[in-house]
Amino acid sequence: MLEIAQSTYDEIVAHARRDHPDEACGVVAGPVGSGRPERFVPMLNAARSPTFYEFDSTDLLALYREMDDRDEEPVVIYHSHTATEAYPSQTDIALAQEPGAHYVLVSTREPDSVEFRSYRILDGEVTEEEVSVVAALSS
Amino acid sequence: MSIEVRIPTILRQYTGGEKAVDGSGGTLSELIDDLESRHAGLRGRLVDDKGLRRFVNVYLNDEDVRFLGGLETAVKDGDSVTVLPAVAGG
Repeated sequence: MLEIAQSTYDEIVAHARRDHPDEACGVVAGPVGSGRPERFVPMLNAARSPTFYEFDSTDLLALYREMDDRDEEPVVIYHSHTATEAYPSQTDIALAQEPGAHYVLVSTREPDSVEFRSYRILDGEVTEEEVSVVAALSS
Repeated sequence: MSIEVRIPTILRQYTGGEKAVDGSGGTLSELIDDLESRHAGLRGRLVDDKGLRRFVNVYLNDEDVRFLGGLETAVKDGDSVTVLPAVAGG
């Protein structure tokens, strides 16, 4: 299950809407081993594409160094689909290389509603999990 | 003689769980061969028949080696090499 604060959920959805029709992407970092998505970090989609995303490689290094300094890991890795459902594509599955992360997919295909779903992707297997949006993460 | 190589979570299965290993070589390619001699299987995760794998990023100190010399990038004692899988999808 992914427990996420309302404010973080809102930030992810707002980012996806802002970048539509390009895919938006980013992480929510949290303390290593905690499973707590605490720190929202939107990232530039270097591909700037409606069907592909990739973190710029230099930004990626800066992000991982920063997380390392703060004893954090990417608890959530999110991206948006702008014309298809919020389900991992074959490309998403093939390129998922953070076994501990919750992969959040947001779909902005409908202007008046949003789809927000979360998955674990391990060794090519996708498992959907419940998303629990809370007022604030439990302390 | 050593170059520190930082290993991402997904490749620590080749290093006995270690997040950093040491190696030596004059180029990135030689360094990777050196690592392979102690961590079998690692090279295949970094390199394919076209060179450095597309969705694996390798950095020499602060720079992506794609902007330097790729596999032929010169490395030396005291350098730090970082491997990070790309974060990408469709």
